[in-house]
Amino acid sequence: MEIISQGIGPMFVDPDPDKGRNFFQRKCRKMVNKVMKLQDAIAQFVHDGDYLGIGGFGANRSPIAACHEIVRQGRKKMGFAGHTASHDMQILSAGEVFDRLDVAYVVGLEARGLSSCSRKYLESGKVQVAEWTNYALSVRMKAAAMGVPYLPTRNMMGTDTFKYSAAKIGTCPFTGKKLVLLPALSPDVGIIHVHESDIYGNCRFKGIAVADLELANASKRLIITTEKLIHIDAIKQDPSATRIPYHLVDAVCEVPFGAYPGTMPYEYFSDEDHLKEWLTVERDPEKFKDFLNRNIFACKDHEEYIRVNGGSTKMRALRAKELLLYKEEK
Amino acid sequence: MADYNAMELMISVAARELENGATCGVGTGAPCAAAMLAQKTSAPDLVIIFEAGGFKPELPEMPISVGDSRTFYKAVIAGSMGDTMDYCARGFVDYTFLGGAQIDMYGNLNSTVIGDYAKPKVRLPGSGGANDFASFCWKMMVLTPQDAKRFVEKVDFLTTPGWLEGGDSREKSGLPPGAGPHRIITNMAVMDFEPISKRMRVISINPGYTFEDVQENCGFELLKATEIRETAPPTGVELKILREQVDPYRVIIGR
Repeated sequence: MEIISQGIGPMFVDPDPDKGRNFFQRKCRKMVNKVMKLQDAIAQFVHDGDYLGIGGFGANRSPIAACHEIVRQGRKKMGFAGHTASHDMQILSAGEVFDRLDVAYVVGLEARGLSSCSRKYLESGKVQVAEWTNYALSVRMKAAAMGVPYLPTRNMMGTDTFKYSAAKIGTCPFTGKKLVLLPALSPDVGIIHVHESDIYGNCRFKGIAVADLELANASKRLIITTEKLIHIDAIKQDPSATRIPYHLVDAVCEVPFGAYPGTMPYEYFSDEDHLKEWLTVERDPEKFKDFLNRNIFACKDHEEYIRVNGGSTKMRALRAKELLLYKEEK
Repeated sequence: MADYNAMELMISVAARELENGATCGVGTGAPCAAAMLAQKTSAPDLVIIFEAGGFKPELPEMPISVGDSRTFYKAVIAGSMGDTMDYCARGFVDYTFLGGAQIDMYGNLNSTVIGDYAKPKVRLPGSGGANDFASFCWKMMVLTPQDAKRFVEKVDFLTTPGWLEGGDSREKSGLPPGAGPHRIITNMAVMDFEPISKRMRVISINPGYTFEDVQENCGFELLKATEIRETAPPTGVELKILREQVDPYRVIIGR
């Protein structure tokens, strides 16, 4: 294939599929109990320097408890897929966890505004950046999941987004059309929050998948946090409901409200007051330090974090909001 | 002064662009309000699509995030981002609404950095799904305030493709032919793009403004359509639905 042009952005992960194959050849196929504490899963499977992928959509079904634990354990120098990254990235930026970033969507919390903490961290020059799009990162993980070194698409061409990426533009051998070639992206570790998992890691989640199936299949190691554990009989009764099968999974951690303060579809809505507090308090370094201490470093685990922020009363209110229980009442 | 504000007018104008039965990729905020208003007025069968995977929801209220649970409330399928963008890439999605910190005369958008890329004054979110939507959806529209800081001669970073450098440059770049910017809707005017040069062109001016007002608040020279109309203001019915059903808490129209 003729290569017409090439982005000048850095490539953080080797797209060679044979390295992936050699890894997966050795990955355990046994269906064994993988339940462990989140602290242990992060200690065992998330290392300094690893490339990390986070599931969900920023503040929607994202493994927020795991992001806190990564910061609590002081991980550094990681690579990060900034794919639909909002509150998850805000937390990881607060911990200065990563120094390589594939950007698709970063530093914002959508309609809620920009995170000054994430912004300042990126503007500090401590982070190496490559530009992509949401679709591009999802396709890059799909390529890794397929065991191919790249996949072609037709976005990004003609823009600076392409120029500052590590993609190439080539000529299609069948049609002669220009195609952008997106290199496979296989994270060292992926973390996904789901509604239900059995002890082996057979998972179900409800609602949109975002890019979680690509992430689950592309990641070398995969940590699942789950709202609750269910029996394998429930999985076997309805295998068509399984979204992620056990053989992709390395650890299963039961973390109720694990996406809080984000939304968990059909369970609880996002805590907009708390997210606003994040966005406000992070503008003041001293206050932010206290805030992080209170909400992350001084908390033993996610249960304590939720207690600090309103406990079961708050969670019941967020459940009512998610289920639109009082929608018709004015 | 009429009893509506600029945001209500922009949303109403945008809603009228969406014909019944069309597919439309939207984000949160004003575009979502426009799509909801269209559904409740002239386009009940408008198919709303969200980038994170929500397809044809019955939005019970304005979503906060393009991935929150409202975006697939009573939807026909809760798919994935890959699904949504695949539909767009296949040519299945007619419209999209986008925004940005800067826009140029060809409708190119910047949502990546203000200032120099290597040493930015402000780091912004980047493309998100905007580059994807703009590359693939047939007709891209922008709702934005008319402001010379926003309408610039040259965007600091070309995040999302408009007509690139005009003429046939977009097609030559390799992007799918036939798709591109369609309407720019501001508080002062509505613009399209002149078919040959692909330069931004004023086609109607909102009540209370003149072409000079629009030009003064634009950092590049605007073209004029042969006949410039006055933008039709929101009707009583549009305002009632917008205020009572689409955005009762005035989250968007109160801005």
